[in-house]
Amino acid sequence: FRIMAGKVKWVTDIEKSVLINNFEKRGWIQVAENEDWNFYWMSVQTIRNVFSVETGYRLSDDQIVNHFPNHYELTRKDLMVKNIKRYRKELEKEGSPLAEKDENGKYIYLDFVPVTFMLPADYNLFVEEFRKNPSSTWIMKPCGKAQGKGIFLINKLSQIKKWSRDSKTSSFVSQSSKEAYVISLYINNPLLIGGKKFDLRLYVLVSTYRPLRCYMYKLGFCRFCTVKYTPSTSELDNMFVHLTNVAIQKHGDDYNHIHGGKWTVSNLRLYLESTRGKEVTNKLFDEIHWIIVQSLKAVAPVMNNDKHCFECYGYDIIIDDKLKPWLIEVNASPSLTSSTANDRILKYNLINDTLNIAVPNGEIPDCKWNKSPPKEVLGNYEVLYDEEMAQSDGTDRDLRGRPGQPMGVKGSRTRDSGKPVLTTWK
Amino acid sequence: MLDPDRGLSLTIARVVQRLQGSSLHSQLERQARVSLHKPEIKLESLKEDIKDFLKTSGWEKKLQNAVYSELNVFPSPCHPAAPPEHIKEPLAYMRKAQGSWEKRILKSLNSMCTELNIPLAQKRPANEQKELLNKWNEMGTDEPDLSLFRPVYAPKDFLEVLMNLRNPNYENGEQPSFRNHLGLIQVPLKVKDIPELKENFSELGLNIGQLGIDDSAQVPPEFFENEHVCVGQKVLAEQDSAAAQQYVRQGCPTALRADLWALILNISNQPEDILYYEQLKSNVIQHNLLVDSLIYKDVKLTASNDDYYFVFEDYLYQVLLCFSRDTSVLEHFTYSSANPPKSYIQGKLGMEEYAVFYPPNGVIPFHGFSMYVAPLCFLYHEPSKLYQIFREMYVRFFFRLHSISSHPSGIVSLCLLFETLLQTHLPQLFYHLREIGAQPGQKTQRCVRFSRRYWKRQESKSHLVVNSWRQAQENLKTFLS
Repeated sequence: FRIMAGKVKWVTDIEKSVLINNFEKRGWIQVAENEDWNFYWMSVQTIRNVFSVETGYRLSDDQIVNHFPNHYELTRKDLMVKNIKRYRKELEKEGSPLAEKDENGKYIYLDFVPVTFMLPADYNLFVEEFRKNPSSTWIMKPCGKAQGKGIFLINKLSQIKKWSRDSKTSSFVSQSSKEAYVISLYINNPLLIGGKKFDLRLYVLVSTYRPLRCYMYKLGFCRFCTVKYTPSTSELDNMFVHLTNVAIQKHGDDYNHIHGGKWTVSNLRLYLESTRGKEVTNKLFDEIHWIIVQSLKAVAPVMNNDKHCFECYGYDIIIDDKLKPWLIEVNASPSLTSSTANDRILKYNLINDTLNIAVPNGEIPDCKWNKSPPKEVLGNYEVLYDEEMAQSDGTDRDLRGRPGQPMGVKGSRTRDSGKPVLTTWK
Repeated sequence: MLDPDRGLSLTIARVVQRLQGSSLHSQLERQARVSLHKPEIKLESLKEDIKDFLKTSGWEKKLQNAVYSELNVFPSPCHPAAPPEHIKEPLAYMRKAQGSWEKRILKSLNSMCTELNIPLAQKRPANEQKELLNKWNEMGTDEPDLSLFRPVYAPKDFLEVLMNLRNPNYENGEQPSFRNHLGLIQVPLKVKDIPELKENFSELGLNIGQLGIDDSAQVPPEFFENEHVCVGQKVLAEQDSAAAQQYVRQGCPTALRADLWALILNISNQPEDILYYEQLKSNVIQHNLLVDSLIYKDVKLTASNDDYYFVFEDYLYQVLLCFSRDTSVLEHFTYSSANPPKSYIQGKLGMEEYAVFYPPNGVIPFHGFSMYVAPLCFLYHEPSKLYQIFREMYVRFFFRLHSISSHPSGIVSLCLLFETLLQTHLPQLFYHLREIGAQPGQKTQRCVRFSRRYWKRQESKSHLVVNSWRQAQENLKTFLS
């Protein structure tokens, strides 16, 4: 018994090989949920129970879990938008240069989420906006679902009649999350490659929100639709044209199991640099990093920064044909299913690098540690933003950090030195 | 041996003949005429003033680039008495081997045609034409039944032919000896050794900067990268083909690659070029060729399953279907060891007046052919430009990779070079590869055939392979200097 005392005891309710292989290769011991465990990789349902007021329990210092208690502030579509809107208003109120607006009243640096409304709560506000541009297309998404379920496109008010509210009803009656939807302006001019629409899946690890410390996984990928993109209204119902979720695309006739419609981010980079030039490509990637950090800063104040927690998010980003990135959503439980051989390798390495950072040396964790891993263990992660380091670097850097301004470092290469290069924003 | 002066005047005569009547020629004439209205053109010094004008307006540079292009593509005359077939291939046994290979391919194509009872070419009915036109940008979604088609040949078939090449004048002896039993290529062609290669590719030396090596993350960009990119931008601004060619020997910045390659190949995507491409496209719409199915099958088997190139599938059809119909490609057979296959109108076998080249461009696609185009899709997303770049690449370089010849940049020499170097300098590795059944020659074949793609993945490792087909150009340069 004493010999095993040093080995991490793990539990998971997600039966995926990329996880289990990683635990086993570290010599960790699998235990059941009701036993003493050190590491629990949970599904989002389970985390709800662990931290709920009724059924929850206190975690001890040697226990770590892979979600923050109220991650939904970032990962639920409606709350994410709410928090970003609130964050922007706060910055505006304090006169921060980040909240600067242009002559049309749009935020210059913080306009990275498509115009969004909650339904049925903001129905009337939505109608007002819709009427300004009656030929626009909007996308309806259920707040609590994933994998593209329940999503549809509309271009007429009649299509969402049942979400309309009687304006005389005074307060927002809390509805079950099944019925709550968000409606966002559909980006109908996505950047196309080979005539097809794609989005970006990027992985971001957050070890603490206050101070904010986050890492970006260098090996993200693009998910391509199998069908050529067309904004034509006759194809609004064709989800194979519009939704890039693999869960949807893999049912298409042309889905290919060898490459799975996935392209590495480095291919995207090569293509953009070759066809559009280096400056605009670097600017695009800088902006992507920027919007990820801003989204995390937006939720940091409301996030329960429980020291037992870390989280690996799946960020979904769409690039439009003007090379502007848009944040579509953040996933708390990015899929660990592998659709191709390359996919399996990527996800295996992702978990491996995540564990190396979250559970230092693979030993029994102590949640009181300073969460500052040495740069050698980062693997394919690179530091995206380290608030502590940014603050200690002094104030003269904060103006240089805004997107579109030269950072003075090579934007396109792997940063093997582990030096935090993106920490100049405050 | 031809004396240099005689050779030079022959070359000049040939270049003049080729450029005469070209659209560049008429544009130059037009420019000269237009310049007469300019105040700086004086009657007394008419000729000099017009020449100066053409220089300052950049037209002289365009002419220079055109001449440079001609010199690069067509080999220098070796001797006025040399028959045309010697320009194609000087060695008789190579010519014979290429001839038999061609017969084999054509036989395979014809028998497939007879078996499947499909004509080599056929006009499309009107409704099919309309459908194809609508689907022109997404031919990848087409699902024709290709199960009965087989590729005319695959790389391994060609490799087998290369392995069996023998020079009848060279006595190998019946007994396998140390010298000949190891490598795949058994013909005594002259290949460069390391000192010669070092001289040829001097820019790969340790004391000269090279992109892909000297711009890695650890190296401060001030050492080499920044300056090199700056020079690249200047070269592009000057629009000088020869300078661009020299520049890229030290590597090509990703952002400048598309424009630099176009400059080197002298592709300017003029309106008449776009028109020509559109004409080819309408040929595709109107007529269906048997080789179209071979192209479809090839793309579906190779590029569609590739995690780099699947995105560009539709472009590949748009390029390759047009390529098959492009008769201007026939010109390259003057200097290729290959000959375009001939087909006869039904019932008129052997009658020359009823012979046509099939396919119209004389190039029968084989399994993997589409991979020549695929890497270029990372650089060019406009179909007509992509087409022109690919066509030029093919008639200058790629054709040597699938024809049997003694040319130093041909596939036989490249394989032999690779094998010889490996055997000489890394004998243990060579022997080990043979032991585990991975013939080094086969590796070369695949590498060289797909070396554009290989280059993108591992730039620093394959410079040797990539640059070897620039040898031909260098040889011409030294001849003329």
